[in-house]
Amino acid sequence: MKRYSAFAVAREALRYHSGWERAWASPEPKPHYDVIIVGAGGHGLATAYYLGKNFGITNVAVIEKGWLGGGNTGRNTTIIRSNYLQDPSAAIYEKARSLYEDMSQDLNYNVMFSPRGVIMLAQTEHEVRGYKRTAHANMLQGVTTEWINPQRVKELVPIINLEGPRYPVLGGLWQARGGTARHDAVAWGYARACSAMGMDIIQKCEVTGVRTEAGRVVGVDTTKGAIDCDKLGMVVAGNCSDLSQMAGFRLPVESVALQALVSEPIKPCMDVVVMANTVHGYMSQSDKGEMVIGGGTDGFNNYTQRGSFHHIEETVRALNETFPMVSRLKMLRQWGGIVDVTGDRSPIISSTPVKNCFVNCGWGTGGFKAIPGSGWAMAQLMATGHSYLAEEFTMTRFKEGKFIDESVAAGVAH
Amino acid sequence: MLILECPYCGVKAEETELQAGGEAHLKRFGPGSSDDDFHDYLFMRENPKGVHFERWRHVNGCGKWFHAARCTVTLEVFGTYTAQTSTPPQALLDAISEKRPGWTWREFADASTSHNGEEVAD
Ligand SMILES: Cc1cc2nc3c(=O)[nH]c(=O)nc-3n(C[C@H](O)[C@H](O)[C@H](O)COP(=O)(O)OP(=O)(O)OC[C@H]3O[C@@H](n4cnc5c(N)ncnc54)[C@H](O)[C@@H]3O)c2cc1C
Ligand SMILES: [Zn+2]
Repeated sequence: MKRYSAFAVAREALRYHSGWERAWASPEPKPHYDVIIVGAGGHGLATAYYLGKNFGITNVAVIEKGWLGGGNTGRNTTIIRSNYLQDPSAAIYEKARSLYEDMSQDLNYNVMFSPRGVIMLAQTEHEVRGYKRTAHANMLQGVTTEWINPQRVKELVPIINLEGPRYPVLGGLWQARGGTARHDAVAWGYARACSAMGMDIIQKCEVTGVRTEAGRVVGVDTTKGAIDCDKLGMVVAGNCSDLSQMAGFRLPVESVALQALVSEPIKPCMDVVVMANTVHGYMSQSDKGEMVIGGGTDGFNNYTQRGSFHHIEETVRALNETFPMVSRLKMLRQWGGIVDVTGDRSPIISSTPVKNCFVNCGWGTGGFKAIPGSGWAMAQLMATGHSYLAEEFTMTRFKEGKFIDESVAAGVAH
Repeated sequence: MLILECPYCGVKAEETELQAGGEAHLKRFGPGSSDDDFHDYLFMRENPKGVHFERWRHVNGCGKWFHAARCTVTLEVFGTYTAQTSTPPQALLDAISEKRPGWTWREFADASTSHNGEEVAD
């Protein structure tokens, strides 16, 4: 792998850019790998990367039915924050956020991490209490957040309308070190680094079956034939119920559509991320100038990567009150992804009833921010059988009543 | 846009008139049942890639709950029926079989022990 640098840009500028290499190889599958990861989204690729980097396991294939990063990883609104309520969540999301800080250097790939700050608006008395509680919890967890008053919100977001009338802004939970990153680049950066370690990223190859012998996984069937493995990681987000059935077990997950949209590009007007959870909308401005907007999930099971139009309408309508200028924006395009939602709105990073088969799913509406932390934990779990970060996120926690309840704290897609 | 015909008032209602109510025909388990049954009732759902039976409420219409059979991959609606039944009507099942030969419903769930807890490898 040739490293990217200012020097490389200058060198290529002098020779008509003829020296750039392909970022990753596209090999045909080998008959056997030590580890197969299903799903080349951020979480799958990060798992492979840390298997190589932290544990020296590089005989790895990442198998993807479409193109890498084409699932939710390339469809989200890229918000990164770690101001969760419960301790296990704070631990893994803060680990992820801190890994984002030097990801560009680590991967030698510019992921455009922009720690511009994230505000979660409190627009009801309920939310005021909720966010103050979260701020206190964050203090104990070592996550830097702060409760701010409406005047401070207005300073940070001049385009905001504090007065309501329905939902006045009563304050906000501010995480100065949260922000955004370029989602495609995260997938591409990990893919390039994995490929450089000798791992095979196999795109346009769908896993159609999981082969087990005596309760232990031995390989997968794919549209490019059978491939053997010693260990299997399923990291397929909205398709996890399908994959787990192939392996012979069920997951407490439902798949629903979540949508986002962007406006026409406009001049810089908002340099932080704002989430308005009561009215179900959140917004940031991309480097291109588009306002990036997301809302809530659709109400029914769906595998089509398309959502209902009226949800888009609802989201924009809700934002109009708090951001009156939104009513003058033309929206350019809208899209959807299929998100995997669990009963307590927390993910599953877990061993399974099938030996040597592991699952990482349930990130639902909020897993982009978690990609590096999740990959870190999943790699550790797959390599050693244990991960301190994943310990609480088992698939059996529902039966034990050990929920990691983030539905109250988040309440909205993000 | 999803359009479902309310079996009570006969209105072809579009989505904004309706509220989704999740998977249909769940068997309820409560105090006295086994942990596994209770867990499955509370947290396990079919989440099929294909034919799904659901509860819907005609919330901005007659207000009644009803059932719908829908495909989660194509969003095709196979039909709707009243809430006063614990299984889908045979005529509807036959119609689905014609369109989706070989489809199954809850076969896997019924066969699989959901005792995910016990044999988990560490
Ligand atoms: C509209 C929207 C907005 C969002 N906004 C945010 C946000 O602001 N902040 C945030 O933190 N999170 C956000 N999220 C959530 C976040 O995008 C996801 O949690 C995260 O990207 C999940 O990554 P993943 O790698 O698990 O899944 P994915 O990126 O979906 O990757 C899974 C991959 O598995 C592949 N696959 C599936 N089945 C098979 C098979 N049988 N064989 C081979 N491959 C298979 C798929 O093709 C896919 O590429 C948002 C999501 C959406 C949809
Ligand atoms: Zn009706």
